[in-house]
Parts: sequence; structure tokens; C-alpha cells
Amino acid sequence: MLDFRLDEEQKMLTDAIARYANERMRKVFRDAEEDGRIPPEVVQAGWELGILPTGLPEAYGGFGEYTALTGVLASEELAWGDLAIALNVMVPNLVAVPVMLCGTEAQKEATLPQFCDEVMPAMTAALTEPVVKFDPYKLKTTAVRENDEYVLNGSKTAVPLAETAELILVYANEDGQTQAFFVPADAAGLSIDKKAKLMGIKGLPTFMVTLADCRVPAANKLGGEEGINFGLILNHSRIALGAAAVGVARAGYEYALDYAKQRVQFGEPIAHKQSIAFMLADMATDIDEARLLVWEAAWQMDQGHDITRDAALMKQRVDDIVVLVADRALQVLGGYGYIREYPVELWLRNARGFASFDGLAIV
Amino acid sequence: MISFEIPESIVNQSQMTKMVAEQAMRPYSRELDEHEHERPDAFVNMTWPFAQQMMKSSLRSIEKRLGGNGTNGTNGTNGHAAPKGPDFSILGFIMMVEQMSWGDAGQYLCLPHPMLGGSAVQAAGTPEQQLRFLKKFTEGDPKWGAMAITEPGAGSDNSSMRTTAVLDPDTNEWILNGEKIFITNGKLALEDSDGLCVVWATIDPNAGRAGIKSFVVEGHTPGVSIAKQEHKLGIRASDTVALHFDNVRLPFGNMLGTLDPQQPAANKGFKGAMKTFDASRPAVAASAVGIARAALEFTREKLAEEGIVLDYTKPRHELTAIERDLMEMEVRHKGAWLLTLRAVGMMAHGESNRLAASMCKFRAGEAVTWITQKGVELLGPMGYSREWLAEKWMRDAKINDIYEGTKQINQLIIARSILGYSRRELK
Repeated sequence: MLDFRLDEEQKMLTDAIARYANERMRKVFRDAEEDGRIPPEVVQAGWELGILPTGLPEAYGGFGEYTALTGVLASEELAWGDLAIALNVMVPNLVAVPVMLCGTEAQKEATLPQFCDEVMPAMTAALTEPVVKFDPYKLKTTAVRENDEYVLNGSKTAVPLAETAELILVYANEDGQTQAFFVPADAAGLSIDKKAKLMGIKGLPTFMVTLADCRVPAANKLGGEEGINFGLILNHSRIALGAAAVGVARAGYEYALDYAKQRVQFGEPIAHKQSIAFMLADMATDIDEARLLVWEAAWQMDQGHDITRDAALMKQRVDDIVVLVADRALQVLGGYGYIREYPVELWLRNARGFASFDGLAIV
Repeated sequence: MISFEIPESIVNQSQMTKMVAEQAMRPYSRELDEHEHERPDAFVNMTWPFAQQMMKSSLRSIEKRLGGNGTNGTNGTNGHAAPKGPDFSILGFIMMVEQMSWGDAGQYLCLPHPMLGGSAVQAAGTPEQQLRFLKKFTEGDPKWGAMAITEPGAGSDNSSMRTTAVLDPDTNEWILNGEKIFITNGKLALEDSDGLCVVWATIDPNAGRAGIKSFVVEGHTPGVSIAKQEHKLGIRASDTVALHFDNVRLPFGNMLGTLDPQQPAANKGFKGAMKTFDASRPAVAASAVGIARAALEFTREKLAEEGIVLDYTKPRHELTAIERDLMEMEVRHKGAWLLTLRAVGMMAHGESNRLAASMCKFRAGEAVTWITQKGVELLGPMGYSREWLAEKWMRDAKINDIYEGTKQINQLIIARSILGYSRRELK
């Protein structure tokens, strides 16, 4: 029945992530952004939190049961630490979750146990395309069946960690439907182009990937002959990204709140002024509203409902809120907000990405 | 464990309220708007039996508590008390409010029920007082309740109120003098029925907040007069009056709570008034959400007749400006409702919900104001026409930005809460 409290396991998980976020992510995130490189040991420590195995059944080496709600709680907490590192830690989810949701038994057995290893599996996914009018339901990349093979053609962008990946789950349009295919990174016809230069999340390397008559066995199609329920996977990705947006917004808000209480002007902290305090009140309410929209969609998903509408509505609102909150956080800091010594400008750049990507991180 | 599940009994009750809204409210909505101050008889007659039932069950649980703890009202614990589970009655009420406001926000305020006055009696009164004052809402003709805090010189700053209550030692009666304004249902409660109005007054003007107590003034009490009946932008079916108290004599026991500091109810004076808001702000938010849903559903229906139907799988850049606006209406409505449910859910589980209550009231008022204005806009010239109800909903909606603490007062409460500030640090 109606309740807004985390259960014990969820609390343990989010506490563990919060510790990691404070003690590891927040120590390196600014340098990682400037250098365009996240220290591997920080990513490894994030992987060792074992967030993914807690959502995988024992039969595949995990120790839990998957719920979308726990997923979004984890996502918010990680993204609060730093979005680039969070996305990096979550890259394997881009394969694990679709397999869990839509994979055949054989695909699950072959893939899922790898996500319970201590070593982060080198797998990623390619959905986004380098076009202005990107539509995940109408991809320009094509998959054509030829005998026992599929032939893939098209361009992908924002593929995280593609350079070091061994396996890429490529989404393509087969007869008007979005389907997914396992493509080994060394497959003929697949080429990984230069590292993309993005406005934010610079610590996470993402790449253009081109497929030119790239052939894979028919068995590499996710979900077998039947294929996938792409809407389910996309909705999943949307709520996870929505939760990450809440995490970024909260990071900015909390920083601005502390700053406003310490920054003294005209003899008192600026938080004593309504113009600042009311901005903070708006931000706090926005964040709670955004989080509730994410939670409710996740809860509906866990009840087995189709959340296409909820996820679309949530995305529209949360993508706006995260930018608005980050922008106001920057404003509270005044000139310092614009200086790279302070993290708020980074959060604003990261916040702006959510509306630009749909399904970059399927967590 | 996070859950958005509504108990089935409450869903069913809400469906019944929906029938009331459709049959006894909507058909009279326009007429009652055009004829201000006319009483919504269809609605009152249809809801009075329900309201009596509601009050009966509420009183039964008070009786049960009294019986369990002994009649002296102390909190005796005998070690056998059953663990207290969540109490979802507030959720049932909130969902009723939402449905009725969908029907008509002005008429909803005329529910023959003690409403805010009842909340005040329950928040600040002893169990005996609750039984004594609320029993009449279970019998006889329809009755209404009201609450009087605001004064001409004390709006949001209600601690500076000037209405006084002086104890007459000879008769052991309180003598009430002063003026209160903006009293919702003041006329229904005091002149048109044997209802009640909870009046906040100071027993010691030098003591500030500590001197403020609440008093039950019953219908037709001598010395009470209606100084003015307001004409309003919206919610015109609901009466809003100014009350004048001229040497109004009240029995000692009409002061809610007790003066004995040893008794648990003693300090519930001003704090009691504030505690009322923890439940009433979510109720206002729910009312706002109900109006928002009315505007949203109507706009969606009319746009659908023109072939404009939302496809939630369309990417953002494929949406027309109207589709984006409609989606924005949908999600702002939903966001406001979820914030309201959270405030209510926290209350049901016995958690402190003051911040959540202010947040939902603040956001829902803002959302319904925006949504109803957008609805008028999207409906073109017909949106502005009094032939449809869209323009009325827009006028009704605005009150939610104002009563039970203006939007700005709620922002102030939220800001103080998140900053950990008192009224000294953040004025």
C-alpha cells in the first residue's frame, strides 16, 4: 500500500553507493572531466559494488531479483556522485538488462553470468544515430536477413567504451521494427571511428560506430526469431536515465544550498534572502516531483504495466527539470558558478545531455 | 517499501464520489457560477447522508480510543496495545476531494461536513470535545463547519491576530470580540445551519503565539454577525464571509484543548492551528489536482475531436506545439498528484509531513493555474466562451495559489525547512 520509504535492502544498497560516491567518485570527478579519463580503479571499485548482480537471478550467478525500482534508486545515487563515472560503471547494463528482459534462455545462459564476475565485461550497446531527427522506433541503421545471417548497415554515435569493447549490442531496423544484434567488435564491416567530443560527460569515452555490410549469424539476434519488445527496453532506459537526471539535479541543488548558507554578502548569508531561498525551495520541489515521476513509472513497470506513456511524460518533465535546477544552482553561485574550479558548471553541462539522448544508457 | 498502490476500498469509494461529481455537481456547475451565493442543493442533499456516515465512523474511532485509554483522556499503556498500522482514512478523504473538485470546486467546498473546522477540532480538541462538537454532523439537517483565522490585519502573519477571548470569572465563560475575514462557509456554518466555526483568538495579547487558542462557536450563537459576503473571481458556489464577534459568550469548554500544562492537549494552541495545515494543505492540493484533471480531460477530448491525439512513442521533435503543451499539461497534473499522494502517504504512516504538505500545495496550486490557463488557450475562442466550463475552471483554479497559505508562504515554509532556518533567519 501507498508508501514512500525504501526497504532495508534498498537502503543498504543506496548507502553503499552513497559511500562510494562520496569517497571515490567525488574525489576524482573534476579531474576526470578535465582529462577526459576516469581512473580505472575508480570504475572497478564501482563495478565491485555489485549493483548489477543484486538484480540478477541466482540461476545466472546473481543474488537477487530484478526490480525497476531498485534500479532507479541505484541510478540516482550513482549519478549524484558523477554522471560520467556512473554511466561508465553502468555500461554493462546496456547489454545485461536487454538480455534479461528479452533474451532467449540460451542467450541468458551465455551472457548473464559474465555480469557477476569481478572483471567488468567489455560489452556495450549502440542505439543512438548521428542525425537531428533521431527516433529510436524508426532507426536508420538496417538489418536485413540473408539466409542464416543478418546484414547490418548504418551509423551509430555516442557508443560508450566502444574502443575497448569486445561485444556491441547493435540496434537496427528490421522491417520497420527496432531489433538488437550481438556484434563482435572485431566483426568484418564494423569500424570504430574517432572518440566523440561532447559538451559534458567528458570522462566517459563515446564513439561513432559504422556498420558496412556487417554480417552476423541469425542466432545473434536478441530474443531469437521473435525478436525483442523494444518499447520495454527503451522505457527501462528512460526511467534509469530519468533517475540519473534526478541525481545530477540533486548534486547541483545540494551544492547551491550549502554555498548559499556560507556565502556572506551585506553582512549575512545570501540564503537569508528570499530571492535565493525561494529559488532553493523551487529546486527542492522540482527534484521531489521529478523523483516521484521516476519512481511511479518504475513501480508501474514492476507491476507489469506498459509504461510507455508514463516514461514519455516523465522524460519530458525530468529533462526540463534537471536543466532548470542545474541552471539555478549555477545562478546561486553567481560568478563562481561559471568558474571551472567549482563543479556546478559541469553539472549544468551534464544536465543538458538528458534531453539530447534517448537510450544512451540502458541501465 | 515504495508503493503507489491505493487500497481497493478507497478506489471504490472514489468511484462512488465520481458518480456524485457527474450527477449532482457538473450539471449545475455553470448555473451556480452565474448565480453567486446560491446554495448547491442537489449536491448538498446527495452528499449529506455520506458525510454523516463519514463523521460517524470517524467518531467511532475516537470513542474506541477513549474506551481503550480510560475516560480520563490520559495515555495509559497496558502493554497489550495492538501495533498501530497505517491509517489510510486521510487518503480516502483526499481522493474524494479530488473527485469532487473535478465535479466542481466551488460546490465541493459546500460539502455538509465540518471540513477545516472539524480538522481543527480533531487537531486541538480533547477526545471528549471532539465527540461533543462533531456529533451533530451525524444527525438532523445538513450542517457545515468553518474555520476563522484570518483578520484584516493578520493574513499569513496570523500570529498577530487581534481577536480576543477574555474569561469572565463570574460565569466561567469566554467573551469573544473581534473581526475575522475570508471565512469559507462562514454563512452556511453559523447562519444557515447549526454548524460550527472554529475561531482563533488570543487570551493574552502580550504573549504572542503562546496566547493563541481556538474556540468553537456554534451556529446561531448570539453576538455573531455576518459583516460581509464576498464576491469572488471563482469558486462562486462557496460562501466567503467576514464575521463580526460582539461580546460573544462561550462556555469555558468551548476552548479547544485545555489550559492545564500537564495535559497533553495543552500546547496545541497555535501549534494546533499549524498542525491542521499538515492535512488541509494536501486537501487543497488534491482539489487543485481535481480541477486540473477536469481541464485536462476536457481539452484532450476536444482536441481528439479535431484529430489531435497524443502518440507517446513519437520523439520530441515530431510533436507539434499543441501536442507538447498537452503532454506538459498531463505531466504537470501527474507530478502535482504524486506530490500530494506522498504528503498523504507520509501522514498515513505517521511520518512528519510538514515539508511534503507545503510542497504539494505549492506545486499543485502552481500546476493547476498553469494547466487551466493552457486549456483555455488550446481551446481557441471556445476556451474563452462561457458556453464551456474551461474558463470557469481557470477562475476556480487560482484560489489554490492563495488559500491555506499563499504560494509564497508555502515557498517560505519549504525554504526554511530545507535550510534549517527559523523565522529570524529567513523572513
